[in-house]
Amino acid sequence: MNGMLKGTGSIRWRLITQLLSGAAILTIILILIVRSFSQQLAEQSQDNILNASLTAILDASSIQQGELTVDIPYSAFSMLSNLSNDRVFYRIDQDGAFLTGYADLPKPKLRATTDTPAFMTSTYQDIEIRMVTATRLLALEGRPIELQASIAQSRNGQAKTLAEISNMVMLFGSGFFVISAIIALLAAQSTVGPLKRLAASVSRRGPHDLRPVTASVPEEMAPLVQSLNQFIQRLDTSLTRSEDFIAEAAHRVRTPLATVRAQAEITLRRVDKDENRATLKEMIRAIDDSSRAAGQLLDHAMVTFRTDHLERSKIDLGALARETVDRLQAVAALKDIVFSYAEIDPTQIFGDAILIQNALQNLLDNAIKYSPMESDISVELTVETPWVTLSICDQGLGFPKTGAESLTERFARGNNVAGIVGSGLGLTIVDEVIQAHGGNLIISNNPNGVGACVSISLPLS
Amino acid sequence: MRLNILAIVLTLAGLSAAAPSLSFEIEHQESFTSSSLEPEMLRIISTADIELFAPLITGFQASNPKVTVDYHEVSSTELMRALQDEKAPYDIAVSSAMDLQTKLANDGLALAHSSIATTLLPGWGKWHDYVFAFTQEPATIVISTKDFGDLPLPKTRQDLISILRDHPDRFRGRVGTYDVRSSGLGYLFATQDARTSETFWRLAEVMGNLDIQLYCCSGAMIDDVSSGKISVAYNVLGSYAMARRDAQDTIHIIAPQDFTTVMMRTVLIPTTSQQPAIASKFVDHLIQAAWDENFSTADYPFPAINRDPAASDTSLRPIRMGPGLLVYLDKLKKRRFINEWENAILQP
Amino acid sequence: MRFLLVEDNIQLAKAICSHLLLDGHVVDHADRLSTTADFLATTAYDMILLDIMLPDGDGREFLNRYRASAGEIPVIVLTARSEVSDRVGVLDLGADDYITKPFDFSELEARCRAVLRRHSGGATNIKSFGEVEFDGLSGTITHHRTTTNLRNKELRLLEIFFNVPGQICSKSKLVDRLFSYDEDVSENAIEVYVARLRKHLEGSNVQIITVRGLGYRLSLV
Repeated sequence: MNGMLKGTGSIRWRLITQLLSGAAILTIILILIVRSFSQQLAEQSQDNILNASLTAILDASSIQQGELTVDIPYSAFSMLSNLSNDRVFYRIDQDGAFLTGYADLPKPKLRATTDTPAFMTSTYQDIEIRMVTATRLLALEGRPIELQASIAQSRNGQAKTLAEISNMVMLFGSGFFVISAIIALLAAQSTVGPLKRLAASVSRRGPHDLRPVTASVPEEMAPLVQSLNQFIQRLDTSLTRSEDFIAEAAHRVRTPLATVRAQAEITLRRVDKDENRATLKEMIRAIDDSSRAAGQLLDHAMVTFRTDHLERSKIDLGALARETVDRLQAVAALKDIVFSYAEIDPTQIFGDAILIQNALQNLLDNAIKYSPMESDISVELTVETPWVTLSICDQGLGFPKTGAESLTERFARGNNVAGIVGSGLGLTIVDEVIQAHGGNLIISNNPNGVGACVSISLPLS
Repeated sequence: MRLNILAIVLTLAGLSAAAPSLSFEIEHQESFTSSSLEPEMLRIISTADIELFAPLITGFQASNPKVTVDYHEVSSTELMRALQDEKAPYDIAVSSAMDLQTKLANDGLALAHSSIATTLLPGWGKWHDYVFAFTQEPATIVISTKDFGDLPLPKTRQDLISILRDHPDRFRGRVGTYDVRSSGLGYLFATQDARTSETFWRLAEVMGNLDIQLYCCSGAMIDDVSSGKISVAYNVLGSYAMARRDAQDTIHIIAPQDFTTVMMRTVLIPTTSQQPAIASKFVDHLIQAAWDENFSTADYPFPAINRDPAASDTSLRPIRMGPGLLVYLDKLKKRRFINEWENAILQP
Repeated sequence: MRFLLVEDNIQLAKAICSHLLLDGHVVDHADRLSTTADFLATTAYDMILLDIMLPDGDGREFLNRYRASAGEIPVIVLTARSEVSDRVGVLDLGADDYITKPFDFSELEARCRAVLRRHSGGATNIKSFGEVEFDGLSGTITHHRTTTNLRNKELRLLEIFFNVPGQICSKSKLVDRLFSYDEDVSENAIEVYVARLRKHLEGSNVQIITVRGLGYRLSLV
């Protein structure tokens, strides 16, 4: 199953995006808050200085020689000098009438009292100014007079401070954001880590490894692992059941067939009449047919199943071939067929031993079946890197001149083997096995004259 | 006959061209004409003595030969009248009255200017981008060598007070200082003195007792000390005194050691300027002449600027540029000060 | 030969027993593992034919235990299971060979012969008739101190004759016994093998007599 699963995006990227947007939002909020706070603070400090200056001016007011006089202290103005050389404006009014200063300096909107100075931001001479106004009550000739003084300063210094604050805050904000981003990336990485590890450990398993997953995982992944294990369990059970079914089917089909065949054989020994003998022989042939067919169907099912999850282990092909030949000696001997077996150095391939053995058995079985009595079957192993080729040649009927290629199709039988019991699945099974192992099956007629040759080529390990 | 009328008309025309029909008084006027056929005009209004200032102009014309400079020398109060009240179209305003220049800038009557040259200035050498300092000139006591032949030279104001008290007859009518009512620089020096120490008022009283002579300008005070008309002149511009080669044998220039007020002559570009580009160049020229170490001193007629005056001499009191200078320009404050000063000096 | 057949399917067991008896062997039948143990305890067998699926246990486990307790009788497993792994597995457990049901009796015969030959080593299973000694295990015929190896069909044919010396064996029966049901052979194919046997018997006092219309019979000269 190599198809691409439909994805809903990456957890890692989603985490990163969310963390980063969170960090970004927080950074922006932080920047805005700090900026606004600093701005207020800076404004407050300007206001404080202005207020101090104003207080100094008002404190320097007095009645002298029957006249109101304000002896503006030098410090009242010099304290307003700053690095930005802001301009300074002032006005002093007595009972609402202009006394001294800048006559066109705007009056405050809010009423200023003695206790509470009124602060105002306004424009004067085309520049922005911050102004504070306060009043003082004095007594002249027994009646009260109100002294109102305003002092204003341009805001270049403020603007500069604010710019500096903004830059600093932006810098810190960016730094904070970068650090958040790094943390976000690391967090995403470490969160996704366990998932990746689990996936890796499961995919490292062989095709037949149905053990439950026992790796330790974080709490949140426990339900996933549990479901996975349950699934594995169900799969295992299902597979075992399928295998058991196949085995059970085999048993159930074959045992009655065995009984019938055995009894038929006994009966054949006892009857004399030719026609009875012929009938019994037919029966036995038919039983052999069904049993062979059942066997091959079950074999085919097994092969299909195993090639889907091909196990790969080291196999000595030569040894396996020899084993299979030995196993079939008895059957070959029945027809006085002699195996000649030629092998060179051990040849190693990668594959499923059971499937390969099954294939070899099928081929040798075929060879014996289609060989006449007292003939030879040669089994030869040749190596031509990177391939190893096993050739089984018999002296039998050979393959039909036409249609040889279609023999590997299911249930195909040559048009020259009508009298011989066979289901037609043998070569199909062998072909499937060999193909699954990355090899080739070649069928041809024996170059040495009579008979057929079947060669399978497999890649060396 | 016709030629005469033409001549008169031309002269009148010339006069009217040269002196715009305005109500402030010009003391001297000089034109530094360029040889170019299409000259660019730079109009300077200044309190600086023309002869003293000239090298700065010629130096500028050396690198800007197309510029013709029209120089009008005025008193500091007249300069204020011209720019503040009359809004006369000058390109450059040079004045020794730092407070008045600051007020012009504060009132929005100066153009902002910044360039590579302005970066040469330290923070205390300019106010905003409006007012630029290009000299450091102390307020000194100028004394007649002849009249003080036998007396020890006063080192501090206290010394001077003692000497004047001890020899009233010798010095009656023979002391002089600025009339602060008419001289902007004089007012500046006096108010700064009063701020710094009360010795000023005591000295003022002592001098007032001696029938003090009042002057409009340092030049006149130096002349009279040199010629023997007066023995002591107080708050004389040290730069002028030192520039007077002819008077060197006859005068002592003393920087009082209790404190010496140091004034910075400043330049600004009025908003009424018709040639702001050339004006900017001229400002840069002045700045470089004063502050650039690579500039040749031959073209800079004032005493060399000290970037760190406090380090070399703790008695120096440079006047700081800033809004503080506006305090003594306040109507009420000024009235008070002048009253007190009159009481001390005039002793009616 | 004394066989122990362990098979729970009664009909199949009956058929196998009949076959073995017809061939002149002795056979005991156990239909479960418990009785198998009893039989083994009391009788010495030459061969055990063991089924896998038994009502009271798995034949393979029994085999494992039997071999573990030093049981030495050769075992051929009768299995219906199709997995090659299962088949190979029984060999690892100690079976000498296996055969899949349903099987051809001649194949069972051949496998038994092969197993016994391997197992017994030098032991023999000699039948004599006249001067001729016939060793069914090694597949040889000996007379006048000459031992000749017989090929498969000759061996089987001679075994049939030696089992029922003096009796007539019909051609058709011989064909049935010698050739697989796949092979469509005429009765005259027997002639070829009889001729070969006659050649081997030359010089001895044993001969194969053709009984016209009925078959052949082994008799003394």
